Amino acid sequence: MRDSALNIVQIGCDCSHAAERPATEGNRVMADVNRGNRPLSPHLTIYRPQMTSMTSIFVRITGNALIVAALMIVWWFAAAATGPEAFATADAFLRSWFGDLVLFLSVWAMWYHLLGGVRHLIWDTGRMLKVEQAETLGLVMIIGSVLMTIFTIIVT
Amino acid sequence: MVQLTLPKNSRMVTGKTWPKPEGATNLRTVKIYRWNPDDGKNPSVDTYFVDMDTCGPMVLDALIKIKNEIDPTLTFRRSCREGICGSCAMNIDGINTLACIYGMDEVKGDIKIYPLPHMPVIKDLIPDLTHFYAQHASIMPWLETKTNTPAKEWKQSIEDREKLDGGYECVMCACCSTSCPSYWWNGDRYLGPAALLAAHRWLVDSRDEATGERLDNLEDPFKLYRCHTIMNCAKTCPKGLNPAKAISEIKQMMVERVV
Repeated sequence: MRDSALNIVQIGCDCSHAAERPATEGNRVMADVNRGNRPLSPHLTIYRPQMTSMTSIFVRITGNALIVAALMIVWWFAAAATGPEAFATADAFLRSWFGDLVLFLSVWAMWYHLLGGVRHLIWDTGRMLKVEQAETLGLVMIIGSVLMTIFTIIVT
Repeated sequence: MVQLTLPKNSRMVTGKTWPKPEGATNLRTVKIYRWNPDDGKNPSVDTYFVDMDTCGPMVLDALIKIKNEIDPTLTFRRSCREGICGSCAMNIDGINTLACIYGMDEVKGDIKIYPLPHMPVIKDLIPDLTHFYAQHASIMPWLETKTNTPAKEWKQSIEDREKLDGGYECVMCACCSTSCPSYWWNGDRYLGPAALLAAHRWLVDSRDEATGERLDNLEDPFKLYRCHTIMNCAKTCPKGLNPAKAISEIKQMMVERVV
């Protein structure tokens, strides 16, 4: 009983190979899921954004954006090591209004991502996992990151 | 794999607008996802008008009224009409819930109804839950014991029994799993909040003697660890349960047994 139940899932999970394998009694259960050109029901476009889901996706977005920003800084240093002309190009870009904007947003992204990381550490201990608590932490991340960004700008 | 857009055959078009009931003054607009497997067309969103003066308060009341009085081809699952069977789970006003216990007064403006998100559609509001059920079966949702069966019953202290609160009440409506972006993108391998909540319920059962096996079974980059604590599951659960917390506790059990 247990083995047969597991088999269904293992075969079903193995989507990349399902097409190559001849249809046997075992995998027919899962192979039938898309019988008759069934449409996929709408998801992202119809699901209402939630405090928790939005603060979660922004942790990922800021994380990825920071990689790009970090590469920009590396470019700056690499250019400085290469020579005066290369540095002038990189420096002009980074000090332009666009470079300023990117670096300013990076400061916010860094604080936001940091607070997101702290939230995950709290969650990993099993705390603050009620919906209301998680939403409060989300608010703390948003307000905290903005305050810390302003603080950073004032101090530097 | 993450595919943010819908496949070609799944893109929705504007559907039919059904006539308003005659003589009604208190109308509510209801927009419902339609797909008929027999006509070869793309899914559409039909518009209905429901006379609220002669309709019950819940979304399911409106659906039944539409099916009885306006359009008998409208297809949806329903059974108990009191939130205990889990049949009428669907996406209402942007969140997953049970149509029978979700009041229309909780929705502002048009009432938009779609099937549970990111699932293969059988017809209209009915998703195919085969894979969802198979995942539930894979976590061994039964008592596993190795010692001899006692003469009477498997006994449990009141305190140990309380550990099952918040787990056993699940009606397996699939609202949580289909609200989870991780389940949308990796539902083929990630077990999803519903199956993991059930897994937790058996992991913490004092009478169960397969805790180690159960954890071995979940020790996988996808089955368990695709949960990123997005918490749509807990937010949307019509029974007020918290799968995110249960999953977090499973992750802790994984750590505790190796340190």
